[in-house]
Amino acid sequence: MFVVELARGMFTTFRELFNRPVTIQYPEEKRPVRQRFKGRHGLKRYDNGLEKCIGCSLCSAACPSDAIFVEAGDNCDEERYSPGERYARVYEINILRCIFCGFCEDACPTEAIVLGDNYELSFTDRRSSIYDKARLIEPVPEGGNPTPQKVEPGIFTRSVPEMRNPED
Amino acid sequence: MDAAFLNSLYLWLEWIVKALFLIVALLVGFAYTTYMERKFLGRFQNRYGPNRAGPFGLLQPVADGLKLIFKEELIPAQADKLIFVLAPIITVVPAWIVLAVVPFGSTIQILGRQISLSIAGDINVGVLYITSVTSISIYGIALAGWSSNNKYATMGGIRSSAQMISYELALGLAFIGPIIMAGSMSLNEIVNTQGRLGWFAIYQPIGFVIFFVAALAEINRPPFDMPEAEQELAAGYHVEYSGMKFALFMLTEYTKLIVISCLSVTLYLGGYQGPGVDQFPWLGPIYLFLKVIVLIFGIIWVRATLPRIRYDRLMAFGWKVLLPLALLSVFLTAVITILFSGYFS
Repeated sequence: MFVVELARGMFTTFRELFNRPVTIQYPEEKRPVRQRFKGRHGLKRYDNGLEKCIGCSLCSAACPSDAIFVEAGDNCDEERYSPGERYARVYEINILRCIFCGFCEDACPTEAIVLGDNYELSFTDRRSSIYDKARLIEPVPEGGNPTPQKVEPGIFTRSVPEMRNPED
Repeated sequence: MDAAFLNSLYLWLEWIVKALFLIVALLVGFAYTTYMERKFLGRFQNRYGPNRAGPFGLLQPVADGLKLIFKEELIPAQADKLIFVLAPIITVVPAWIVLAVVPFGSTIQILGRQISLSIAGDINVGVLYITSVTSISIYGIALAGWSSNNKYATMGGIRSSAQMISYELALGLAFIGPIIMAGSMSLNEIVNTQGRLGWFAIYQPIGFVIFFVAALAEINRPPFDMPEAEQELAAGYHVEYSGMKFALFMLTEYTKLIVISCLSVTLYLGGYQGPGVDQFPWLGPIYLFLKVIVLIFGIIWVRATLPRIRYDRLMAFGWKVLLPLALLSVFLTAVITILFSGYFS
Protein backbone atom coordinates (compact mmCIF):
# COMPACT_ATOMS: atom_id res chain seq x y z
CA MET A 1 0.00 0.00 0.00
CA PHE A 2 1.74 3.10 -1.16
CA VAL A 3 0.21 5.40 1.42
CA VAL A 4 1.79 3.30 4.15
CA GLU A 5 5.12 3.41 2.32
CA LEU A 6 4.82 7.17 2.02
CA ALA A 7 4.09 7.47 5.71
CA ARG A 8 7.06 5.27 6.56
CA GLY A 9 9.34 7.39 4.41
CA MET A 10 8.05 10.58 5.95
CA PHE A 11 8.50 9.14 9.43
CA THR A 12 12.08 8.15 8.64
CA THR A 13 13.07 11.65 7.61
CA PHE A 14 11.18 13.16 10.53
CA ARG A 15 13.11 10.97 12.95
CA GLU A 16 16.38 12.18 11.45
CA LEU A 17 15.33 15.74 12.24
CA PHE A 18 16.06 15.14 15.91
CA ASN A 19 19.43 13.46 15.45
CA ARG A 20 22.60 15.36 16.05
CA PRO A 21 24.16 16.55 12.78
CA VAL A 22 27.23 14.56 11.83
CA THR A 23 29.00 17.60 10.40
CA ILE A 24 32.33 18.51 11.98
CA GLN A 25 32.40 22.31 12.22
CA TYR A 26 35.90 22.46 10.82
CA PRO A 27 37.72 25.59 11.89
CA GLU A 28 36.31 25.43 15.41
CA GLU A 29 36.19 21.68 15.73
CA LYS A 30 38.96 19.46 14.38
CA ARG A 31 39.02 15.75 14.01
CA PRO A 32 42.30 14.19 15.25
CA VAL A 33 44.36 12.70 12.45
CA ARG A 34 45.31 9.03 12.23
CA GLN A 35 48.42 7.78 13.97
CA ARG A 36 50.38 7.35 10.74
CA PHE A 37 49.00 10.47 9.07
CA LYS A 38 51.54 12.15 6.85
CA GLY A 39 51.24 15.90 7.17
CA ARG A 40 53.77 18.69 7.09
CA HIS A 41 57.35 17.71 7.97
CA GLY A 42 59.12 18.66 11.16
CA LEU A 43 62.80 18.55 12.02
CA LYS A 44 63.33 16.89 15.38
CA ARG A 45 65.77 17.61 18.19
CA TYR A 46 67.43 15.48 20.86
CA ASP A 47 66.45 16.01 24.47
CA ASN A 48 69.46 18.22 25.05
CA GLY A 49 68.37 20.54 22.25
CA LEU A 50 70.81 19.40 19.56
CA GLU A 51 69.30 18.95 16.11
CA LYS A 52 68.92 15.43 14.86
CA CYS A 53 69.58 16.42 11.26
CA ILE A 54 73.18 15.88 10.22
CA GLY A 55 72.87 17.37 6.75
CA CYS A 56 73.52 14.10 4.89
CA SER A 57 71.03 14.90 2.08
CA LEU A 58 69.68 11.36 1.99
CA CYS A 59 66.16 12.75 2.23
CA SER A 60 66.87 14.96 -0.71
CA ALA A 61 68.13 11.98 -2.67
CA ALA A 62 65.12 9.88 -1.72
CA CYS A 63 62.61 12.57 -2.57
CA PRO A 64 60.73 11.53 -5.75
CA SER A 65 59.55 15.04 -6.49
CA ASP A 66 62.83 16.77 -5.69
CA ALA A 67 61.22 18.97 -3.09
CA ILE A 68 64.04 18.99 -0.50
CA PHE A 69 67.19 21.05 -0.63
CA VAL A 70 69.91 20.51 1.97
CA GLU A 71 73.21 22.30 2.34
CA ALA A 72 75.52 20.96 5.03
CA GLY A 73 77.80 23.01 7.27
CA ASP A 74 80.64 21.88 9.55
CA ASN A 75 80.10 21.44 13.28
CA CYS A 76 82.73 22.21 15.86
CA ASP A 77 82.60 21.94 19.65
CA GLU A 78 82.40 25.72 20.11
CA GLU A 79 79.36 25.96 17.82
CA ARG A 80 77.61 22.62 17.80
CA TYR A 81 74.25 22.23 16.06
CA SER A 82 74.08 18.45 15.83
CA PRO A 83 76.18 15.45 16.84
CA GLY A 84 78.92 14.46 14.45
CA GLU A 85 80.82 16.40 11.85
CA ARG A 86 78.13 18.20 9.95
CA TYR A 87 74.75 19.81 10.34
CA ALA A 88 72.13 21.19 7.96
CA ARG A 89 73.04 24.81 7.40
CA VAL A 90 70.21 25.22 4.91
CA TYR A 91 67.21 22.95 4.92
CA GLU A 92 64.28 23.81 2.63
CA ILE A 93 61.21 21.87 1.61
CA ASN A 94 59.05 23.14 -1.21
CA ILE A 95 55.64 22.15 0.07
CA LEU A 96 54.08 22.71 -3.34
CA ARG A 97 56.26 19.98 -4.81
CA CYS A 98 56.00 17.61 -1.88
CA ILE A 99 53.68 14.66 -2.43
CA PHE A 100 53.74 13.57 1.24
CA CYS A 101 55.02 10.10 0.40
CA GLY A 102 57.20 9.93 3.48
CA PHE A 103 60.25 8.59 1.67
CA CYS A 104 62.38 11.28 3.30
CA GLU A 105 61.28 10.00 6.68
CA ASP A 106 62.27 6.46 5.67
CA ALA A 107 65.60 7.55 4.26
CA CYS A 108 66.68 9.60 7.26
CA PRO A 109 69.43 7.81 9.22
CA THR A 110 68.82 9.83 12.40
CA GLU A 111 64.98 10.08 12.40
CA ALA A 112 65.42 13.80 12.10
CA ILE A 113 62.68 14.48 9.58
CA VAL A 114 59.21 13.26 10.49
CA LEU A 115 55.94 13.89 8.72
CA GLY A 116 53.69 15.42 11.34
CA ASP A 117 50.00 16.04 11.86
CA ASN A 118 49.68 19.50 10.36
CA TYR A 119 47.56 19.52 7.23
CA GLU A 120 46.60 23.23 7.26
CA LEU A 121 49.13 24.30 4.68
CA SER A 122 47.42 27.17 2.92
CA PHE A 123 49.38 30.25 1.99
CA THR A 124 48.72 33.22 -0.22
CA ASP A 125 51.99 33.62 -2.07
CA ARG A 126 54.29 31.12 -3.72
CA ARG A 127 57.31 32.17 -1.71
CA SER A 128 55.62 30.94 1.47
CA SER A 129 55.45 27.47 -0.03
CA ILE A 130 59.15 27.03 0.70
CA TYR A 131 59.49 25.98 4.31
CA ASP A 132 62.97 26.80 5.52
CA LYS A 133 64.73 25.36 8.52
CA ALA A 134 63.40 27.96 10.91
CA ARG A 135 59.81 26.98 10.11
CA LEU A 136 60.45 23.25 10.03
CA ILE A 137 62.46 22.71 13.17
CA GLU A 138 60.62 21.92 16.37
CA PRO A 139 61.10 24.09 19.43
CA VAL A 140 63.84 23.30 21.94
CA PRO A 141 62.53 20.70 24.43
CA GLU A 142 62.39 21.50 28.10
CA GLY A 143 65.77 21.13 29.73
CA GLY A 144 67.62 21.52 26.43
CA ASN A 145 69.59 24.44 25.12
CA PRO A 146 69.12 26.21 21.81
CA THR A 147 71.63 25.58 19.03
CA PRO A 148 74.45 26.40 18.46
CA GLN A 149 75.72 25.01 21.75
CA LYS A 150 79.20 25.19 23.24
CA VAL A 151 79.99 21.64 24.37
CA GLU A 152 82.80 19.65 25.91
CA PRO A 153 84.99 18.20 23.19
CA GLY A 154 84.90 14.50 22.41
CA ILE A 155 81.29 13.75 23.47
CA PHE A 156 79.23 14.22 20.30
CA THR A 157 81.44 12.43 17.85
CA ARG A 158 78.93 9.90 16.61
CA SER A 159 76.50 11.42 14.10
CA VAL A 160 74.06 8.50 13.85
CA PRO A 161 72.54 7.49 17.19
CA GLU A 162 71.66 4.03 18.44
CA MET A 163 68.37 3.23 16.68
CA ARG A 164 65.29 1.44 17.90
CA ASN A 165 62.79 -0.31 15.71
CA PRO A 166 59.89 1.93 14.78
CA GLU A 167 56.92 1.52 17.09
CA ASP A 168 53.98 2.86 15.13
CA MET B 1 -11.01 70.33 1.05
CA ASP B 2 -14.25 68.50 1.14
CA ALA B 3 -14.85 65.31 3.02
CA ALA B 4 -15.32 63.12 -0.05
CA PHE B 5 -11.91 64.05 -1.42
CA LEU B 6 -10.25 63.41 1.92
CA ASN B 7 -12.00 60.11 2.19
CA SER B 8 -10.78 58.94 -1.20
CA LEU B 9 -7.29 60.18 -0.33
CA TYR B 10 -7.35 58.07 2.83
CA LEU B 11 -8.58 55.12 0.81
CA TRP B 12 -5.71 55.48 -1.66
CA LEU B 13 -3.26 55.79 1.17
CA GLU B 14 -4.68 52.67 2.77
CA TRP B 15 -4.33 50.72 -0.47
CA ILE B 16 -0.78 51.85 -1.06
CA VAL B 17 0.28 51.06 2.47
CA LYS B 18 -1.34 47.64 2.31
CA ALA B 19 0.23 46.87 -1.08
CA LEU B 20 3.67 47.97 0.09
CA PHE B 21 3.25 45.94 3.24
CA LEU B 22 2.36 42.87 1.20
CA ILE B 23 5.36 43.27 -1.09
CA VAL B 24 7.76 43.75 1.80
CA ALA B 25 6.22 40.83 3.66
CA LEU B 26 6.54 38.61 0.60
CA LEU B 27 10.14 39.66 -0.03
CA VAL B 28 11.16 39.02 3.55
CA GLY B 29 9.06 35.87 3.52
CA PHE B 30 10.83 34.71 0.37
CA ALA B 31 14.25 35.32 1.87
CA TYR B 32 13.50 33.51 5.08
CA THR B 33 11.61 30.69 3.40
CA THR B 34 14.84 29.84 1.59
CA TYR B 35 16.64 30.01 4.92
CA MET B 36 14.02 27.86 6.59
CA GLU B 37 14.14 25.34 3.78
CA ARG B 38 17.91 25.06 3.80
CA LYS B 39 18.02 24.83 7.57
CA PHE B 40 15.36 22.13 7.74
CA LEU B 41 16.75 20.21 4.76
CA GLY B 42 20.08 20.26 6.53
CA ARG B 43 18.61 18.85 9.70
CA PHE B 44 16.62 16.25 7.77
CA GLN B 45 19.92 15.12 6.26
CA ASN B 46 21.86 15.27 9.54
CA ARG B 47 23.65 18.45 8.54
CA TYR B 48 23.55 21.90 10.15
CA GLY B 49 22.44 23.94 7.16
CA PRO B 50 23.66 27.52 6.79
CA ASN B 51 25.21 28.67 10.05
CA ARG B 52 28.10 30.92 9.07
CA ALA B 53 26.56 34.24 8.03
CA GLY B 54 25.41 35.94 11.19
CA PRO B 55 24.01 34.20 14.28
CA PHE B 56 22.56 30.82 13.29
CA GLY B 57 23.22 31.79 9.66
CA LEU B 58 20.31 34.23 9.83
CA LEU B 59 22.05 36.63 7.43
CA GLN B 60 22.45 33.91 4.80
CA PRO B 61 19.56 35.19 2.63
CA VAL B 62 21.09 38.67 2.71
CA ALA B 63 24.45 37.25 1.68
CA ASP B 64 22.82 35.28 -1.15
CA GLY B 65 20.97 38.35 -2.34
CA LEU B 66 24.11 40.48 -2.33
CA LYS B 67 26.00 37.80 -4.20
CA LEU B 68 23.34 37.58 -6.89
CA ILE B 69 23.17 41.36 -7.29
CA PHE B 70 26.87 41.52 -8.05
CA LYS B 71 26.78 38.62 -10.51
CA GLU B 72 27.12 39.31 -14.19
CA GLU B 73 23.88 39.43 -16.13
CA LEU B 74 24.45 37.14 -19.06
CA ILE B 75 22.18 37.09 -22.11
CA PRO B 76 23.04 34.31 -24.57
CA ALA B 77 23.90 35.59 -28.04
CA GLN B 78 21.30 33.43 -29.76
CA ALA B 79 18.57 34.18 -27.25
CA ASP B 80 15.45 36.12 -28.08
CA LYS B 81 16.48 39.11 -26.01
CA LEU B 82 13.14 40.82 -25.42
CA ILE B 83 11.37 37.66 -24.33
CA PHE B 84 14.41 36.53 -22.42
CA VAL B 85 14.27 39.67 -20.31
CA LEU B 86 10.50 39.69 -20.09
CA ALA B 87 10.08 36.08 -18.95
CA PRO B 88 11.23 36.52 -15.33
CA ILE B 89 8.94 39.51 -14.98
CA ILE B 90 6.00 37.57 -16.36
CA THR B 91 6.61 34.82 -13.83
CA VAL B 92 7.17 37.03 -10.84
CA VAL B 93 4.26 39.45 -11.12
CA PRO B 94 1.40 36.91 -10.92
CA ALA B 95 3.00 35.26 -7.92
CA TRP B 96 2.96 38.61 -6.14
CA ILE B 97 -0.55 39.74 -6.99
CA VAL B 98 -2.34 36.49 -6.18
CA LEU B 99 -2.42 37.25 -2.50
CA ALA B 100 -4.38 40.46 -3.11
CA VAL B 101 -7.70 38.69 -2.60
CA VAL B 102 -6.70 36.53 0.33
CA PRO B 103 -8.09 37.80 3.64
CA PHE B 104 -5.42 37.97 6.33
CA GLY B 105 -7.96 38.76 9.00
CA SER B 106 -11.29 40.45 9.49
CA THR B 107 -11.41 44.22 9.95
CA ILE B 108 -9.34 46.01 12.52
CA GLN B 109 -9.40 49.58 13.75
CA ILE B 110 -6.38 51.76 13.13
CA LEU B 111 -6.52 55.52 13.73
CA GLY B 112 -10.29 55.39 13.89
CA ARG B 113 -10.63 53.75 10.50
CA GLN B 114 -12.09 50.35 9.81
CA ILE B 115 -9.43 48.57 7.76
CA SER B 116 -10.13 45.19 6.26
CA LEU B 117 -7.08 42.96 6.34
CA SER B 118 -6.93 42.04 2.70
CA ILE B 119 -5.38 44.03 -0.09
CA ALA B 120 -8.21 44.20 -2.58
CA GLY B 121 -11.01 43.87 -0.08
CA ASP B 122 -13.80 41.40 -0.57
CA ILE B 123 -13.92 40.42 -4.26
CA ASN B 124 -16.88 38.20 -5.05
CA VAL B 125 -14.94 36.23 -7.71
CA GLY B 126 -11.81 35.82 -5.62
CA VAL B 127 -11.28 32.17 -6.50
CA LEU B 128 -11.64 32.85 -10.22
CA TYR B 129 -9.12 35.66 -9.89
CA ILE B 130 -6.64 33.30 -8.27
CA THR B 131 -6.96 30.56 -10.88
CA SER B 132 -6.67 33.00 -13.76
CA VAL B 133 -3.66 34.85 -12.33
CA THR B 134 -1.72 31.73 -11.39
CA SER B 135 -2.13 30.43 -14.94
CA ILE B 136 -0.17 33.39 -16.28
CA SER B 137 3.06 32.38 -14.63
CA ILE B 138 3.19 29.26 -16.83
CA TYR B 139 3.76 31.62 -19.74
CA GLY B 140 6.80 33.04 -18.04
CA ILE B 141 8.34 29.64 -17.54
CA ALA B 142 7.54 28.37 -21.03
CA LEU B 143 8.84 31.59 -22.58
CA ALA B 144 11.97 31.52 -20.45
CA GLY B 145 12.71 28.03 -21.65
CA TRP B 146 12.01 28.83 -25.25
CA SER B 147 13.78 32.17 -25.49
CA SER B 148 17.01 30.81 -23.97
CA ASN B 149 17.63 28.87 -27.21
CA ASN B 150 19.03 25.99 -25.22
CA LYS B 151 17.81 22.42 -25.41
CA TYR B 152 17.79 21.85 -21.67
CA ALA B 153 15.94 25.08 -21.06
CA THR B 154 13.44 24.30 -23.78
CA MET B 155 12.88 20.81 -22.41
CA GLY B 156 12.37 22.29 -18.97
CA GLY B 157 9.94 24.86 -20.28
CA ILE B 158 7.93 22.29 -22.24
CA ARG B 159 7.83 19.87 -19.33
CA SER B 160 6.82 22.66 -17.08
CA SER B 161 3.93 23.86 -19.19
CA ALA B 162 2.67 20.31 -19.77
CA GLN B 163 2.86 19.53 -16.09
CA MET B 164 1.31 22.74 -14.91
CA ILE B 165 -1.56 22.56 -17.37
CA SER B 166 -2.27 18.94 -16.36
CA TYR B 167 -2.27 19.63 -12.68
CA GLU B 168 -4.17 22.86 -13.00
CA LEU B 169 -7.25 20.80 -13.81
CA ALA B 170 -7.09 18.91 -10.55
CA LEU B 171 -6.23 22.11 -8.73
CA GLY B 172 -9.21 23.88 -10.26
CA LEU B 173 -11.51 21.04 -9.27
CA ALA B 174 -10.10 21.11 -5.75
CA PHE B 175 -11.11 24.79 -5.61
CA ILE B 176 -14.71 23.82 -6.29
CA GLY B 177 -15.26 21.89 -3.06
CA PRO B 178 -14.90 24.92 -0.76
CA ILE B 179 -16.88 27.02 -3.24
CA ILE B 180 -19.82 24.63 -3.08
CA MET B 181 -19.71 24.40 0.70
CA ALA B 182 -19.44 28.13 1.20
CA GLY B 183 -21.86 28.87 -1.62
CA SER B 184 -19.62 31.72 -2.73
CA MET B 185 -16.48 32.46 -4.68
CA SER B 186 -15.45 35.14 -2.26
CA LEU B 187 -12.55 34.06 -0.09
CA ASN B 188 -13.90 36.08 2.83
CA GLU B 189 -17.12 34.13 2.62
CA ILE B 190 -15.20 30.84 2.42
CA VAL B 191 -13.21 31.71 5.51
CA ASN B 192 -16.28 32.89 7.40
CA THR B 193 -18.13 29.67 6.57
CA GLN B 194 -15.18 27.73 7.95
CA GLY B 195 -15.33 29.83 11.07
CA ARG B 196 -18.94 28.69 11.48
CA LEU B 197 -18.67 25.04 10.40
CA GLY B 198 -15.05 24.14 11.09
CA TRP B 199 -12.24 23.53 8.65
CA PHE B 200 -13.17 22.29 5.19
CA ALA B 201 -10.24 19.88 5.35
CA ILE B 202 -12.27 17.90 7.89
CA TYR B 203 -15.32 17.79 5.64
CA GLN B 204 -13.44 16.87 2.48
CA PRO B 205 -10.05 15.34 3.20
CA ILE B 206 -9.82 14.02 -0.37
CA GLY B 207 -10.22 17.52 -1.70
CA PHE B 208 -7.54 18.82 0.63
CA VAL B 209 -5.06 16.10 -0.31
CA ILE B 210 -5.75 16.67 -4.00
CA PHE B 211 -5.31 20.38 -3.55
CA PHE B 212 -2.03 19.88 -1.71
CA VAL B 213 -0.61 17.45 -4.29
CA ALA B 214 -1.74 19.49 -7.26
CA ALA B 215 -0.37 22.61 -5.62
CA LEU B 216 3.02 20.95 -5.19
CA ALA B 217 3.02 20.15 -8.90
CA GLU B 218 1.78 23.62 -9.75
CA ILE B 219 4.64 25.34 -7.96
CA ASN B 220 7.21 22.81 -9.23
CA ARG B 221 8.15 21.53 -5.84
CA PRO B 222 9.63 18.09 -5.28
CA PRO B 223 8.53 15.37 -5.89
CA PHE B 224 7.07 17.14 -8.92
CA ASP B 225 10.05 19.38 -9.72
CA MET B 226 10.20 18.00 -13.24
CA PRO B 227 10.80 21.37 -14.96
CA GLU B 228 14.05 21.93 -13.13
CA ALA B 229 15.16 18.38 -12.53
CA GLU B 230 18.72 19.31 -11.61
CA GLN B 231 20.17 15.92 -12.42
CA GLU B 232 18.62 15.59 -15.87
CA LEU B 233 18.07 19.09 -17.16
CA ALA B 234 20.81 21.08 -15.44
CA ALA B 235 18.21 23.31 -13.73
CA GLY B 236 15.70 23.31 -16.61
CA TYR B 237 14.05 26.45 -17.84
CA HIS B 238 16.31 28.90 -16.00
CA VAL B 239 19.61 27.29 -16.98
CA GLU B 240 20.69 30.32 -19.03
CA TYR B 241 19.67 32.89 -16.45
CA SER B 242 22.13 34.53 -14.11
CA GLY B 243 22.29 37.36 -11.64
CA MET B 244 19.10 39.13 -10.67
CA LYS B 245 17.07 37.47 -13.43
CA PHE B 246 17.87 34.13 -11.88
CA ALA B 247 17.05 35.61 -8.51
CA LEU B 248 13.65 36.61 -9.87
CA PHE B 249 12.90 32.99 -10.80
CA MET B 250 13.96 31.84 -7.37
CA LEU B 251 11.86 34.63 -5.90
CA THR B 252 8.88 33.42 -7.90
CA GLU B 253 9.37 29.88 -6.80
CA TYR B 254 9.44 30.64 -3.12
CA THR B 255 6.79 33.32 -3.34
CA LYS B 256 4.53 30.76 -4.99
CA LEU B 257 5.34 28.39 -2.16
CA ILE B 258 4.15 30.99 0.34
CA VAL B 259 1.16 31.93 -1.79
CA ILE B 260 -0.02 28.39 -2.30
CA SER B 261 0.35 27.72 1.42
CA CYS B 262 -1.77 30.80 2.11
CA LEU B 263 -4.38 29.56 -0.34
CA SER B 264 -4.43 26.06 1.13
CA VAL B 265 -4.91 27.54 4.57
CA THR B 266 -7.61 29.90 3.35
CA LEU B 267 -9.55 27.30 1.41
CA TYR B 268 -9.21 24.26 3.62
CA LEU B 269 -7.62 25.03 6.97
CA GLY B 270 -9.86 27.81 8.19
CA GLY B 271 -7.87 30.78 6.96
CA TYR B 272 -7.35 33.31 9.72
CA GLN B 273 -10.00 31.69 11.90
CA GLY B 274 -8.99 30.42 15.29
CA PRO B 275 -9.98 30.67 18.93
CA GLY B 276 -10.50 34.25 20.05
CA VAL B 277 -10.39 35.86 16.62
CA ASP B 278 -13.84 37.42 17.03
CA GLN B 279 -12.79 39.34 20.13
CA PHE B 280 -9.26 40.18 18.99
CA PRO B 281 -9.19 40.63 15.20
CA TRP B 282 -5.42 41.11 15.15
CA LEU B 283 -5.05 37.45 16.11
CA GLY B 284 -6.20 36.61 12.58
CA PRO B 285 -2.94 37.31 10.75
CA ILE B 286 -1.02 35.51 13.48
CA TYR B 287 -3.12 32.37 13.11
CA LEU B 288 -2.76 32.56 9.35
CA PHE B 289 1.00 32.99 9.67
CA LEU B 290 1.34 30.01 12.00
CA LYS B 291 -0.76 27.79 9.76
CA VAL B 292 1.26 28.84 6.72
CA ILE B 293 4.54 28.10 8.52
CA VAL B 294 3.30 24.62 9.41
CA LEU B 295 2.26 24.00 5.82
CA ILE B 296 5.59 25.23 4.45
CA PHE B 297 7.32 22.93 6.88
CA GLY B 298 5.20 20.10 5.50
CA ILE B 299 6.23 20.96 1.95
CA ILE B 300 9.90 21.03 2.94
CA TRP B 301 9.42 17.73 4.72
CA VAL B 302 7.96 16.23 1.55
CA ARG B 303 10.93 17.52 -0.40
CA ALA B 304 13.35 15.96 2.03
CA THR B 305 11.62 12.61 1.77
CA LEU B 306 10.24 11.82 -1.66
CA PRO B 307 12.31 11.28 -4.80
CA ARG B 308 11.26 12.86 -8.08
CA ILE B 309 8.79 10.70 -9.97
CA ARG B 310 9.33 9.77 -13.59
CA TYR B 311 7.81 12.09 -16.15
CA ASP B 312 5.34 9.66 -17.74
CA ARG B 313 4.21 8.58 -14.28
CA LEU B 314 3.74 12.21 -13.34
CA MET B 315 1.42 12.66 -16.30
CA ALA B 316 -0.35 9.35 -15.66
CA PHE B 317 -0.81 10.27 -12.02
CA GLY B 318 -2.18 13.67 -12.90
CA TRP B 319 -4.65 12.51 -15.51
CA LYS B 320 -5.59 9.01 -14.36
CA VAL B 321 -5.58 9.34 -10.59
CA LEU B 322 -5.79 12.94 -9.48
CA LEU B 323 -8.34 14.17 -12.00
CA PRO B 324 -10.92 11.34 -11.47
CA LEU B 325 -10.45 11.63 -7.72
CA ALA B 326 -11.00 15.37 -7.90
CA LEU B 327 -14.15 14.85 -9.95
CA LEU B 328 -15.36 12.31 -7.43
CA SER B 329 -14.65 14.71 -4.61
CA VAL B 330 -16.60 17.49 -6.33
CA PHE B 331 -19.48 15.11 -6.99
CA LEU B 332 -19.60 13.88 -3.40
CA THR B 333 -19.37 17.41 -2.05
CA ALA B 334 -22.23 18.54 -4.26
CA VAL B 335 -24.45 15.59 -3.34
CA ILE B 336 -23.78 15.85 0.38
CA THR B 337 -24.27 19.60 0.39
CA ILE B 338 -27.67 19.18 -1.23
CA LEU B 339 -28.70 16.27 1.00
CA PHE B 340 -27.78 18.09 4.19
CA SER B 341 -28.55 21.57 2.92
CA GLY B 342 -30.02 22.55 6.27
CA TYR B 343 -26.71 21.98 8.03
CA PHE B 344 -24.41 23.74 5.61
CA SER B 345 -26.29 26.91 4.82
